[in-house]
Amino acid sequence: MSAILEVSGLSTQYVGARGTRVTRAVDDVSFTIEAGRTLGIVGESGSGKTTLALTLMRLLPPAARIAAGSVRFDGEELLSKSESQMRAIRGKRMAMILQDPMASLNPLFTVGDQIAETLRAHEATQRRTAWERARGLLAAVNIAAPERRVGEYPHELSGGMRQRVVGAIAISCGPRLLIADEPTTSLDVTIQAQYLKLLGDIQREHGLAMIFITHNLGIVARMCDQVAVMYAGRLVEAGPVRTIFNEPAHPYTRALIESIPRFGDATERLTAIEGQPPDPSALPPGCAFHPRCPLVVDRCRVEAPTESRVTVQHRTRCWMAAPAPADVLKG
Amino acid sequence: MKRFILKRLGYAVLSLLLLSLTIFLFVRLTGDPAVLLVEPGASKADLEAVRAQLGLDRPLWVQYGQFMSSLVRGDLGHSFYYRTPVLELYLSRLPYSLLLAAAAMAFSLLVGIPSGILAAVRVNQWWDSAGKIFSLLGLSLPSFWVGLVMILFFSVYLGWLPSSGSGTALHVVMPAFALGWYFAAAHMRLTRSSMLEVLGSEYVKLARLKGLSEALVIGKHAFKNALIPVLTLAGINLVIMVNVAVVVETVFAWPGVGRLLYEGIAFRDFPVVQATVLIGGAMIVIVNFFVDILYAVIDPRIRYER
Amino acid sequence: MNGSRAASLTVAWRFAALRIEGFPWIPSAILGTIALVAIFANVLAPYNPEVGVLGERFRPPAWQYGGSEAHLLGTDHVGRDVLSRLIFGARVSMVVGFTAVIVAGVLGTTLGILSGYLGGWVDQVIMRVTDTWLALPALTFAIFLAAVVGPSEMNIVIILGAVYWTRYARVIRGEVLSLRERDFVRLAIVAGCSKKTIMRRHILPNVLNSAIVLGTLMLGVVIVTEAALSFLGVGVPPPKPAWGLMLADGKKGLMAGYWWLTVLPGICIMLMVLSANLLGDWLRVKLDPQLRQL
Repeated sequence: MSAILEVSGLSTQYVGARGTRVTRAVDDVSFTIEAGRTLGIVGESGSGKTTLALTLMRLLPPAARIAAGSVRFDGEELLSKSESQMRAIRGKRMAMILQDPMASLNPLFTVGDQIAETLRAHEATQRRTAWERARGLLAAVNIAAPERRVGEYPHELSGGMRQRVVGAIAISCGPRLLIADEPTTSLDVTIQAQYLKLLGDIQREHGLAMIFITHNLGIVARMCDQVAVMYAGRLVEAGPVRTIFNEPAHPYTRALIESIPRFGDATERLTAIEGQPPDPSALPPGCAFHPRCPLVVDRCRVEAPTESRVTVQHRTRCWMAAPAPADVLKG
Repeated sequence: MKRFILKRLGYAVLSLLLLSLTIFLFVRLTGDPAVLLVEPGASKADLEAVRAQLGLDRPLWVQYGQFMSSLVRGDLGHSFYYRTPVLELYLSRLPYSLLLAAAAMAFSLLVGIPSGILAAVRVNQWWDSAGKIFSLLGLSLPSFWVGLVMILFFSVYLGWLPSSGSGTALHVVMPAFALGWYFAAAHMRLTRSSMLEVLGSEYVKLARLKGLSEALVIGKHAFKNALIPVLTLAGINLVIMVNVAVVVETVFAWPGVGRLLYEGIAFRDFPVVQATVLIGGAMIVIVNFFVDILYAVIDPRIRYER
Repeated sequence: MNGSRAASLTVAWRFAALRIEGFPWIPSAILGTIALVAIFANVLAPYNPEVGVLGERFRPPAWQYGGSEAHLLGTDHVGRDVLSRLIFGARVSMVVGFTAVIVAGVLGTTLGILSGYLGGWVDQVIMRVTDTWLALPALTFAIFLAAVVGPSEMNIVIILGAVYWTRYARVIRGEVLSLRERDFVRLAIVAGCSKKTIMRRHILPNVLNSAIVLGTLMLGVVIVTEAALSFLGVGVPPPKPAWGLMLADGKKGLMAGYWWLTVLPGICIMLMVLSANLLGDWLRVKLDPQLRQL
């Protein structure tokens, strides 16, 4: 399977108002996604996940700049594209779903209009045709009575329906990659499962590659093939979902997994990770996690860990992770 | 929608009643309203006659009833100076004020909205700074002083524009500018902040993520949303302009209702003063009502809310 | 223009306008100077501002042809020294301006607190009245009141207070409504404090910030309104030297090109209002970022 997206060494920085303070929001991130596969990106708020997504879309605010790295989408280097070239890609070949569906939809325009405009912008579809296709798309995301819904305004739909509309907008032009930034966080728990199923169905049907950004490991376990864990802008662990869940190599990942409450563990107290995530503009020296790490040694306080391989597919950044034997790496 | 309209109508009627009550009470507050409501230089007998006519010895609510019934009949008193019914006088002057207000409003919107949008899109750059100076001055300089200085410049020194009267299109240029600058500043400020807020919204972000051209993002998605509060304000401001144009109309001897108010004060013609204030306030209440309805038409969310 | 150059130019502009971060020195200095001039008017003014010498009518400022050093800024239509009138006018503007703002502030804050805290019919009544009075433009309302009670310096202050208190009431009421839900107020209620005590000791100090910011913002508005009223002849009565009155007098000489009678008083008004507005803006940002809605 060819890779749809290859990210290597990507770094994004925010520059402070007077040009002095530099915040490393995304620091030396690399990963690959193939068609039909889902990558989950996990992290707390401030870990840089949303900045990463916006960097891939090249939609960063003026204060941010891409400091280093490369992003190859379908064989093309995105970072060297002009704005108008990116605009041709956004919404058509790469699509994104945001967290809050009420805020994502313009309250003054009908749902049908907002779906149709993507079609009209990218495929120069005529109005009537675009409207029909919008109706079809609403049906494709399992919205009942689409002919009626198409002419309604966002506030007339429920939260779950709105997020489906956002999904319809995303798939309208047949993208190859879909980035979903916490798509179910604003939804009722009962609706979440339905929505996740919908996303899964869409992916299978269209052969989409997906990036699923979330802080919820349960969703990762269900939806994703690969997972990448972010902390303070760096990728601290990445690998196949099964492997990471069963044998996490990084202390942070381990702590995240352990903090998931399990049924039947009535006697144990909920474990939380001690301390707070660091302020991105004032990161501790060395490994960013060291103030909270149970395995910390002197080296961690001074030197930021480089990437090491636990197995061929499983990477991590930790001085205390067991290094793989040489023959495993070669294989 | 119907319920919404009815509710707003109720508020409007209530406000009108309160307005008339306020005016009524204030006049009565001075102790002897007959002094005001009688011609200057009247004899004692005249005063007595007016007192009887007003029913000043009767209870307050009866007087109010009398007041309201004549109002509803369209009788707002007689002007001492012009010897005509005030309502007639007012209506004959109103078109001029509306013309001036329309010109000033056009100026304020044509200057205010585009510069507000530009200031927001190019935030903190040169245009934004220039806009800030323009609006700071507009909000701080008294409109009548601007008018006076303009007369000095353009009439006395340069002789380009006429300094008073209302004959030609040239006559309206200076008054419209003097009156409109303040509002241009207010509209610019509001457009800018409204636009900035909208540009930072999630739906604008999504519009960009859809790959829409910047023109479409700003022109379609941002523009309409940003404009709502501005147009609301503009609608209300139009009527306010008619009212606060008093000083500008006086400076330029523009024959509108503002000047009428000035004449009422200068000639101690109280019925004119009372009526002008009353009608002015009523107009604002009525316009507020229509603007609310318009708001609901533009923004579908409002219709279902209340 | 690349980012850093634009950034440094903006910083320069900000310094020039002295609006953000740093205390607005220039506006405060201007206001302070006006205040000092107002206080020491008797000492500073070379002539009696209310008495004119008919032989000296319409003298231009000293630097123009026909002017003399005896009257640095010229004289008006009855021969009164413009400089002296401007100096004493500062006193009038300051007194009327500050007093009116304080009157409106006290009245509006009190009613706002009562309305917001007590709720019920008190709130309804006060709010209806406020809404109605707010619907009437301040200038028109003030003119009406002045026509009813007759112009005098004292009356103007009362009238301006009566017209502008509604602006305070609205804002303060909003603040009180949210303060009411705060824990320290609830604690006081649970502890059994009387309503009056709570309003006085807990609510009032917390709304004072907003009241002060509003006050500085209102100062400019009040002064312009007073100038307009005086200009129309229903403000401060002659022969007192109010800047607005001077503008009205100045109009008489306008067509003849006697510019100093119009431009100079206007500049004084402008300086005072601009400074008050800039100071108010800075205060608003500093004291409470939430007040930016004002």
